Amino acid sequence: MDETTSKLAFDTDWQYDPAPESTDHIRIDEQYELFIGGEFVAPKEGRYFDSINPANEQVLARVAAAGKDDVARAVKAARKAYQTSWSTLKPAERGKYIYRIARVLQERAREFAVIETLDGGKPIRESRDIDIPLAAAHFFYYAGWADKLEYAFPGKQVAALGVAGQIIPWNFPLLMAAWKIAPALACGNTVVLKPAETTPLTALKLAEVIRDAGLPPGVVNIVTGAGDTGAALVDHPDIDKIAFTGSTAVGRSIQKSLAGTSTKYTLELGGKAANIIFADAAIDEAVEGIVNGIFFNQGHVCCAGSRLLVQESVADEVIRKLKDRMESLIVGDPMDKNTDIGAINSPAQLAKIEDYLRIGQAEGGEMYQSSATLPTTGYWCRPTLFTGVSQSNRVVQEEIFGPVLAIQTFRTLEEGLDKANNTPYGLSGGVWTDKGAKIFKMTRAIRAGVIWANTFNKFDPASPFGGYKESGMGREGGLHGLDAYLELS
Amino acid sequence: MADLKDKNTRLAVGKTYKLYIDGKFPRTESGRYYPLHNKDEIIANVCLGSRKDTREAVVAARKAFAGWSGTSAYLRGQILYRIAEMLEGRSEQFVAELVKQGLTKAKARTEVAVSIDRLVYYAGWTDKFQQVFSSVNPVSSAHFNFTVPEPTGVVTIIAPEESGLLGLVSNIAAAIAGGNTCVALASYSMPLSAISFTEVLHAADVPAGVVNVLTGSRAELTEQFAAHMDVNAIVYCDGDAAVDREIQLHAANNIKRVVRRTGIDWSTEKGQGPYFIRDTQEFKTTWHPVGG
Repeated sequence: MDETTSKLAFDTDWQYDPAPESTDHIRIDEQYELFIGGEFVAPKEGRYFDSINPANEQVLARVAAAGKDDVARAVKAARKAYQTSWSTLKPAERGKYIYRIARVLQERAREFAVIETLDGGKPIRESRDIDIPLAAAHFFYYAGWADKLEYAFPGKQVAALGVAGQIIPWNFPLLMAAWKIAPALACGNTVVLKPAETTPLTALKLAEVIRDAGLPPGVVNIVTGAGDTGAALVDHPDIDKIAFTGSTAVGRSIQKSLAGTSTKYTLELGGKAANIIFADAAIDEAVEGIVNGIFFNQGHVCCAGSRLLVQESVADEVIRKLKDRMESLIVGDPMDKNTDIGAINSPAQLAKIEDYLRIGQAEGGEMYQSSATLPTTGYWCRPTLFTGVSQSNRVVQEEIFGPVLAIQTFRTLEEGLDKANNTPYGLSGGVWTDKGAKIFKMTRAIRAGVIWANTFNKFDPASPFGGYKESGMGREGGLHGLDAYLELS
Repeated sequence: MADLKDKNTRLAVGKTYKLYIDGKFPRTESGRYYPLHNKDEIIANVCLGSRKDTREAVVAARKAFAGWSGTSAYLRGQILYRIAEMLEGRSEQFVAELVKQGLTKAKARTEVAVSIDRLVYYAGWTDKFQQVFSSVNPVSSAHFNFTVPEPTGVVTIIAPEESGLLGLVSNIAAAIAGGNTCVALASYSMPLSAISFTEVLHAADVPAGVVNVLTGSRAELTEQFAAHMDVNAIVYCDGDAAVDREIQLHAANNIKRVVRRTGIDWSTEKGQGPYFIRDTQEFKTTWHPVGG
């Protein structure tokens, strides 16, 4: 192929000046309590943990660790709010409260973006342009459903479930809180939400918004803590519904914990999506799609395009262009508006990713990383790809949840499809081709819940999201997302 | 010459009830059986299906899935309708068999009639439920975005114990109308109509492996129906809290969808509807850019 493509020499000719987002307009308290019954209350056992900025390892705040008693208190508050205020409110009024949350989030968007980036390590460009606007949009979308639910499920009566226990991950902290809380409230439920222990701050700031929006006390309760807090929520007998986003391993244990109970559940779990590039694709656009697919949010994305399947005849060209593009990605200070790849969320996650880098090489894969200079403090991983890997390699089979791409090739459509579907996961997939008929053949045949054709990693409140197979059950977003929070009869 | 119609001179030919796996009628590989009684009389030796039979049935169902789910909705509707036609033609046989298994003649007639009508009902849904449950999603970016239901894959069905024909037919019809393939465990106490129903399926051009039916012990086979790693969903229709727990625990192995259909009177309209199809559907959302 064309080896003479001109490219920008980013290391010599193209230096960006630092462009840091300012932090003087935000407020992070030294200590955060639990949000229960409309108030911030201290945890009974008096335990706290630190929330760390993964880009510089500095402590941002001390955060309460909710024990069993605290969880019980939160569930009680949620039950009381369900019975005394939320379920008796006119649906249109319920909707207006949710609209208020959306509006305040829009007003305070910059503050939320900065805190999200400080707490989680994602580039400010992403928290500013994606996480926070989408979170506000999610509340706005579901607010409007509150008084229209009877149109969603033809032939069925709908009713709220009661108290929903919700457990969310650290990769999109505020956005996942919005995905959980907005439809639950719109459908008339009350909520106990547990944020992830490495990224609790925007959920606690959201608690302030919810309080300031005047929601009745107890309608939303936020209990921070680690896995034991989540387990206490799952095991609480007065919960009607568990909604979980996280790993397949934890999802499986939740499904087992709930065995024999009448608690409903929806699970949004891991993935190992194939991003399939055909020879007739617009290659430059596809390369952008590959980069967005795997390096968006440091690859901490359950629907990441972590397997690249590229048709053999264009493999050399695609890989060469991809390596060039990886070289141009700016890894570093998440607060810098030019940064493409921020900090790995936690030392534990970095250790897991580094394990996979070793495993991938030990299994015979050829590893390539960009030459980006990494900061000396904080947790970082260069954009990485593996070639020469086969279907049975662990870096092809297992979810790494980092900026690590496994590349395989295929000759025929059928071979590409077989490889794409050869996984216990089924969350997402990508197809790149200029042929319309081939797009529909592939998007139909890939066994996954979200398929991006000639694009990747797009999200919208109106668009249902969720997995096939071991990637989970139930949908979030859109009309279909209402089902998780309603009893149909 | 003896009159062949004379009961005293002609020996009736009994029927061997076997399993239905991959479009064939094998005996259980285990060689085991259980006697089915009507009062003091043994009316059949029924196959006591094994775990290995279950595995083979799942393999057949998986093999058939790509073809059946890829069959046009119109053709699936015609095949379901054809099953109804075949059952109508043999309704007297089914009434007699249900009576043999303890139903009154009136009840048996109703059960067969409703079973036929249920098949016609689901035949009509095969090319309509997608429109009811699909959506075109108004996303804010320049993308065309739509959501459609697709069959979840291989579904195991533990059919209702008390409704030997209608309960089985209702659950199988909903699963296959939606493009799934299935492995069903028949009522233990009323297995005969289930096996005879597979002969109807066979005669109605249902492709091999789309429906597989086993007879046998629930206590023995429930675990594998719930635990099998190549099964996407389990539907079950009876059982107490202990059964719920057992099924959920094993289903969690591969995040199986669990559909509990207890307390349903299959003879009423409550025993049918597009939401029975939806239970074993996945929703797929597809995005494509809109641009020049």
